[in-house]
Amino acid sequence: MTTQAPVVDMTDISISFPGVKALDRVNFRMFPGEVHSLMGENGAGKSTMIKALTGVYPIDSGSILLDGKPLLITGPAQAQEAGISTVYQEVHLLTNLSVAENIMLGREPRRGAAIDWRAMRARATEILDGLNLDIDPASQLGTHSLAVQQLVAIARAIDVQAKVLILDEPTSSLDVDEVSELFRVIRSLKESGVAILFVSHFLEQVYEISDRLTVLRNGQLVGEYLTDEILRIELVHKMIGKDIAVLSDLDRKERAPISEESEEAPFVQAIGLGRTGSIAPVDLSVYEGEVVGLAGLLGSGRTELARLLSGADRPDRGELSIGGRPRRLRTPRMALKARIAYSSENRRSEGIIEDLTVRDNIVLALQADRGWFRRIPKKRQDELAASYIQALNIRPPDPDAIVKNLSGGNQQKVLLARWLAVAPRLLILDEPTRGIDVGAKAEIQKLVADLAENGMSVVFISAELEEVLRLSHRIVVMRDREKVADIVNDDVTVGQVMTLIASGAES
Amino acid sequence: MNPTVTRALKHRLFWPIVTLLGLLVLNVAVRPAFFSIRLQDGHLFGSLVDILRNGAPTLLVALGMTLVIATRGIDLSVGAVVAISGALACSIIAGSADPNSPTTVLVAVGISIVLALILGAWNGFLVSVIGVQPIIATLILMTAGRGLAMLITEGQIVTVNSAPYKVIGGGYWLALPASIIIALGMFAIAAVLTRKTALGLLIESVGINPQASRIAGVRSRSIIWMVYIFSGLCAGIAGLMISSNVTAADANNAGLWIEMDAILAVVIGGTSLAGGRYSLGGTLIGAAIIQTLTTTVYTVGIAPEITLVFKALVVIIVCLLQSPALQTRLGSLRRRPDRRRPDRRRPVTTSTGGVLS
Repeated sequence: MTTQAPVVDMTDISISFPGVKALDRVNFRMFPGEVHSLMGENGAGKSTMIKALTGVYPIDSGSILLDGKPLLITGPAQAQEAGISTVYQEVHLLTNLSVAENIMLGREPRRGAAIDWRAMRARATEILDGLNLDIDPASQLGTHSLAVQQLVAIARAIDVQAKVLILDEPTSSLDVDEVSELFRVIRSLKESGVAILFVSHFLEQVYEISDRLTVLRNGQLVGEYLTDEILRIELVHKMIGKDIAVLSDLDRKERAPISEESEEAPFVQAIGLGRTGSIAPVDLSVYEGEVVGLAGLLGSGRTELARLLSGADRPDRGELSIGGRPRRLRTPRMALKARIAYSSENRRSEGIIEDLTVRDNIVLALQADRGWFRRIPKKRQDELAASYIQALNIRPPDPDAIVKNLSGGNQQKVLLARWLAVAPRLLILDEPTRGIDVGAKAEIQKLVADLAENGMSVVFISAELEEVLRLSHRIVVMRDREKVADIVNDDVTVGQVMTLIASGAES
Repeated sequence: MNPTVTRALKHRLFWPIVTLLGLLVLNVAVRPAFFSIRLQDGHLFGSLVDILRNGAPTLLVALGMTLVIATRGIDLSVGAVVAISGALACSIIAGSADPNSPTTVLVAVGISIVLALILGAWNGFLVSVIGVQPIIATLILMTAGRGLAMLITEGQIVTVNSAPYKVIGGGYWLALPASIIIALGMFAIAAVLTRKTALGLLIESVGINPQASRIAGVRSRSIIWMVYIFSGLCAGIAGLMISSNVTAADANNAGLWIEMDAILAVVIGGTSLAGGRYSLGGTLIGAAIIQTLTTTVYTVGIAPEITLVFKALVVIIVCLLQSPALQTRLGSLRRRPDRRRPDRRRPVTTSTGGVLS
């Protein structure tokens, strides 16, 4: 590989927070024209590392060299000036402004004191064209899907003539095509000599795109490796420091196709359920104890269907029956009363209540169901929180911790605990494992399997087909806002589902 | 540093309390008899009692405002509701055959409170059902309300001569001014209502993230409705207090700018205008600061021309002291000497210092 001098050289970096040593004498370097993946579980120190490099956190000790010179910065703005751009996992853009404004925010071309709107739009168009992105720069950012917003964030970062581009989970909300689009962009940036720091929980993608890996565990450096020289299984070992028996345990356990042998009526049955402008009429039934996987690309209608089943959106056609009785679910509250819980893919905006404690977040849905007057007694709240913290292995195990300070995987677990606390009969999980580490992912998958075994019905949505196949009894494939297949998961392969997603029911 | 001191410094009400104490000390310095309280004819008198009594309406209004602000809202109409409820009660009593009959007063008070509840419900309706932005929705009643009060009083200042009515704002119970007891009673009710039921949790949840709350099955609409009705109730009672104290209803001037004082009290008390977590105790202190400030202006003998500037200065100082940016700076100044000390006692574990990845 390259024999050049590293563009970024971080040595002996330590950072502590009250009660936690987030980074402990870690080394990290990046070379120009290389994609370097930072690997580790949630809480390993990846985000802290990035925040040290971008000046968000001051380092307690150690040194950071950029192009051989000490990097003295105290904030992301200065980092950007120095040539270090970042795209974070959650899109930090202004959804009420236009795409062009977002790309150029803070660097608006000016004519005198005024913003030169025409030049701004022209520059934005140029950048978007350079990435082959067909997005109208004048359109409001909020009207686009999360995936497009992510691409706009990347466009914004690329515009800043960066020497170092940091991509923190850039692919977590992108579908297959968008990922290959992004990788095309990354490769061309790499050729122009940019050093790219890539963080992703998708091992496939890490192996596809990166040249070099650095593994962190519990705030400490495990090692730096060339991607070609380390096997996946070795890498996973290094990341979690133990065998992932949980995962293999779960692998394709014999799953009887419940829907066929069941004598009873399905717990939930939708006939022609649809919503104009959102999803074409769909028939779907979910039996007790059955896991139905919803597969399809982003925007294929999988989330839209989940929202109709859970009262988050109101269907305008079709019938829905629950437990054999016709019901109309006009609000999530009504769905919860019918014991249907919906865990949204949008953890931050539709999931956790950031400023409340873990305990408050866990009891929220249960409390809402009881009404404001009948408060859950403090003792019962503590019991609930303690039992779910233990059962789901929530870190830190402190019911009084404020949820926004937890890592993504732990926030997801808190959210799961909230839904489990209402003892739902149908749990709809939309991307429950997105952006969380291998260990937590395995724990959540195992939990879903256990819950189904105990009679809970689950609708499971994930962009990762392996995961859907591993867990589901039955797989419903969505394409272009329509249901194109409904198959029993009997030795179905990823390839077969991909074909269905790509070409529809005929195959 | 002593752990107790560190904890006290970190408490969200530390600076407001320091400010309040500072103001009180300033008053004593100027007038040594400031703290003296005497019992006369079974009634307590003294500057402190006056501060509490005069601050009672502001405290009441601020109480309702706290909950409204916690849901990301704001209620600008409280001043108008103060004027309306005072105007209605006074007009009914003045127009009755026997203004001194307790029944008449009870009926008048009852009707006024019902009207205040209706006005609060109107605000709540606009915000939660129609979806009008709170500042606009309550601006409607803020402007229209004074007109309504004028209609009730027919443009006149209605004076009442009614002993039972006078009790609300000017009377005494158990040696204490009745208005203080009413205000503290409402405060206690609000505290119990929000913290002993789940109302507080649900209000905060709606204020922090309305969408996520909806998905979790919280009835945000009725919660929001409820806080505006409560705010209307508080303003209505404050209106009765003010008109009773001056034995007259002035549609133009009753409760003028009280919304500003109330919002200030809430903010000084540490509740963010962005909604979410709120502190009723903070509001209590905030209201006390506002009222003490007004009194201080008189005791210290500040020229009327610069009264408002003086008030503004104090408010700016409190807000600065509470701002996270300044706290961090002060914190790092305080922490520096600690680094050199090897025997640093146990690390501070806070509920907010969770693991960052």
